[in-house]
Amino acid sequence: MSVCLGACATAAPPVPAKVAPSVRLPEGVPLDVTHLLNRAAFGPSPADVERVQRLGVAAWLDEQLAPGVDPKVEHRLSGFKTLQLTVAQAYEAYPPPKQRLKELGIDPALAKTDEAVKEQVKALRKDEKDTLPRELLIEATQAKLHRVIQSQRQLEEVLVDFWFNHFNVSAEKGRTRWMVTAFEREAIRPYVLGRFRDLLGATAKHPAMLMYLDNWQSVRDGFEPKGKQKDKLPHGLNENYARELLELHTLGVDAGYTQLDVREAARALTGWSLEREKSGEFGKFLFRAQAHDTGPKRIFGLEVPAGGGQSDGEALLDFVARHPATAHHLALQLCQRFVGDEPPAALVDRVAAEFLRTDGDLRATVRTIFESREFWSPEAMASKTKTPLEFVASAVRAVGQLDEVQQPLAQVLERMGMAQYRCGPPTGYSDLARPWVSAGALVTRINFGLQLAAGRVRGVDVALPPAGSAPAATIDAVSLRVLGRLPSAQTRGVIEHALRARAEETGDEQTTTANPQLIAGLLLGSPEFQKQ
Amino acid sequence: MSLFSRRDFLHSLALFGVSAPLLRRALAQVPPTRTLVTIFLRGGVDGLSMVQPIGDPKLAALRAGLIAKGPALDSFFCLHPALSALAPLYQRQQLAVIHAVGQARPSRSHFDAQDFLESGLAGQRGHDGYLNRALQQLGPAEGQPFRVVALQNSLPMSLSGEAPALALPSLADFKVPGGSLGVATFDSLYEEAVDQALRSTGHDAFEGVEQTGALAALAPKNGASYPKSPLGKRLQDLARLVHGGVGLRLAATEATGFDTHLAQGAESGTLANRLKDLGECLAAFAADLGPRLDEVTVLTLTEFGRTARENGTRGTDHGTASAMFVLGGGVRGGRVVSDWPGLDDAHLFEKRDLAVTTDVRAVLAEALEHSLQVRGVFPDFTPAKLGLF
Repeated sequence: MSVCLGACATAAPPVPAKVAPSVRLPEGVPLDVTHLLNRAAFGPSPADVERVQRLGVAAWLDEQLAPGVDPKVEHRLSGFKTLQLTVAQAYEAYPPPKQRLKELGIDPALAKTDEAVKEQVKALRKDEKDTLPRELLIEATQAKLHRVIQSQRQLEEVLVDFWFNHFNVSAEKGRTRWMVTAFEREAIRPYVLGRFRDLLGATAKHPAMLMYLDNWQSVRDGFEPKGKQKDKLPHGLNENYARELLELHTLGVDAGYTQLDVREAARALTGWSLEREKSGEFGKFLFRAQAHDTGPKRIFGLEVPAGGGQSDGEALLDFVARHPATAHHLALQLCQRFVGDEPPAALVDRVAAEFLRTDGDLRATVRTIFESREFWSPEAMASKTKTPLEFVASAVRAVGQLDEVQQPLAQVLERMGMAQYRCGPPTGYSDLARPWVSAGALVTRINFGLQLAAGRVRGVDVALPPAGSAPAATIDAVSLRVLGRLPSAQTRGVIEHALRARAEETGDEQTTTANPQLIAGLLLGSPEFQKQ
Repeated sequence: MSLFSRRDFLHSLALFGVSAPLLRRALAQVPPTRTLVTIFLRGGVDGLSMVQPIGDPKLAALRAGLIAKGPALDSFFCLHPALSALAPLYQRQQLAVIHAVGQARPSRSHFDAQDFLESGLAGQRGHDGYLNRALQQLGPAEGQPFRVVALQNSLPMSLSGEAPALALPSLADFKVPGGSLGVATFDSLYEEAVDQALRSTGHDAFEGVEQTGALAALAPKNGASYPKSPLGKRLQDLARLVHGGVGLRLAATEATGFDTHLAQGAESGTLANRLKDLGECLAAFAADLGPRLDEVTVLTLTEFGRTARENGTRGTDHGTASAMFVLGGGVRGGRVVSDWPGLDDAHLFEKRDLAVTTDVRAVLAEALEHSLQVRGVFPDFTPAKLGLF
């Protein structure tokens, strides 16, 4: 199979027709680069700080808001085997273990009971361990960490993370495991600076979403499947996708729709399904006309006349994508991501208005946030608590270079409760502080910071400012790197005290009192670094 | 007096090889009191499968493909066969079932229903959770960082609010290097944190680290054997905290995977696997605690039940009433507490779900009063007397 690089990785994006005007930043507010990189990127890295300073904030944002690729990261990821596979290719190359046994003529039931078969299966699994389905998730997680830590397309990575989470699917659900990589590549990434309606449509028709929220199985009442598999085929409506479409993806739970609207929406989407495993085109979108409910529907004010087909679902998506409740719901979530857990209502209203004015142009919508005074206000700065992903990515970006993502780096996210591509509930992970501020999480963060700075996280090369002439100078230099600012007097004092105590314990005053790695380890675990 | 002096005192005791129980007595005079454990079964448990009303004449017609008879509880109800580990506890009257229990203003959205239940406000989200309001009544927890624990990755909404509460994934993970570059320095850094939430979380974290070291390795007692599942590990850690006498009053944990839209199964299948884990975990926890089970009350909760009818994909969709288990501490067990509404169309809620005849807050109110002597955490609600304890 061929690996697709550069232009073809971004072949699909529908770019809004006009060239975006340059970002107009508010006047008379301090443009804090650390704040900018904490929100529009996964934290400051020395290279990005230098780039923003060289280009200026507006030009850097223009660059980030324009389409593009980071050739270095794409080159780094070109060695990965699974990132460009279609769902069908992934399923063929990394088959479910049970199916692989059937291909080889081994009865999977015997593999549990018969000792000889058990041994045979064990040997097989060892030989073929590189084609087990878990490889797909390992590579997807590694690629994600590479991108969020190393890519120069930082804002795009923030937005891909935001919109994947908004349209969450989990690899833990059934066949979705073979689909999450393609979902991000095909349904999310091409549209994050495009139109919301296109993004919504791409997610609605993607096998990952059809599978994860069950719509592939939802058929009109009274539909009787035919053929020898008919008992295994669905018969009846499944509301799961329709409900989350309205509640999470578009209108929001407080929009005022009812259970009846959910049911009517589910009827409009009956027959939206996918090609099955044996079709040769596994995962391809398929409209099953016989399973579609052709009766009239009334959905939250939208009249869908009788006799429609796939167009019923398209009309529903058209309607909800442009609804004012959707604009407000999305604006609130974007402002919570970029500005604060409780963003100013006036800003949310302006962002929602821009969304409606531009017919859901996500580039213009996001640009409005960076052009606001609220984004640059002192209230917004350091007001948000980092999620585990933001913590881990910003820590690595602050202290060094990512050479290779090894399992410990991926696993720390899982321990912190933020396993990538495996968030079970359709809500995705919270962007707010509350779920992430706990004693257990804090202990995990402190330990990770100490290990990372000491060079004990495999795959990360630590490169910190050199030790200065006096401990205080070294603390300041390392703090500028790690926190993006000088430490508070209190923090400086506590660290100085700790270093002196350490020097007394070890009797090695020279190296300990000004050891940048020790200082960085303490700073990564400090309360200041948990904020952004 | 700062934290340091107390901690230094503990360190010096540890240096002289003073054992955990002695440390405990040095810490605080913790009176022997009851503990309440809530287990949130997320996803919406199909109560009609968990505890099956086989005496209801309508059951078979509604869900022929989902029925699997297990140990009988009385002439009307039986357990799911995957829950047979619970039958001995029921026979010993240490386990009660509450059926047709749910929320007064139900929602079929997972997120609404979970938040409403955890807020305890019937159809509304509040600024704090009902368990946190209970904690607020208990007063300050100084010196007892393990008075309340959420044994999961993050604090659930039920425990969030003004009263500080501790969330941790497991006891074994709960340590920070010692020495001058370790816990003492971080303690000082967090004492001065600008962010109030981080400051109090840091305080709890460093207090807790002091206490967990020895407990994390404690083996199960009485030959108890836990399933190697997330819930098994969490309940084992909770038992360790109970055995360790660290003053645990309130604990919350959760299990997931009950959202069985698809291929739910009967004797075997998705739901059977989840229930088997739940039953074996609860049985192991009860065995591990032994006589101390009298001091501990365990409740299972879920956001809603599921449709009475099997859906088109051999599963069930989001519904309304479900069932709960109450285990241990003084419960009048060996019975199913239920004002059974019936499964005929006239009595199904919106002609599709088991109707609610017991408000879940009534169960929670009795458990909170029994375990913590706390009343009135559910505003504008007068609980019906169920007589569970």
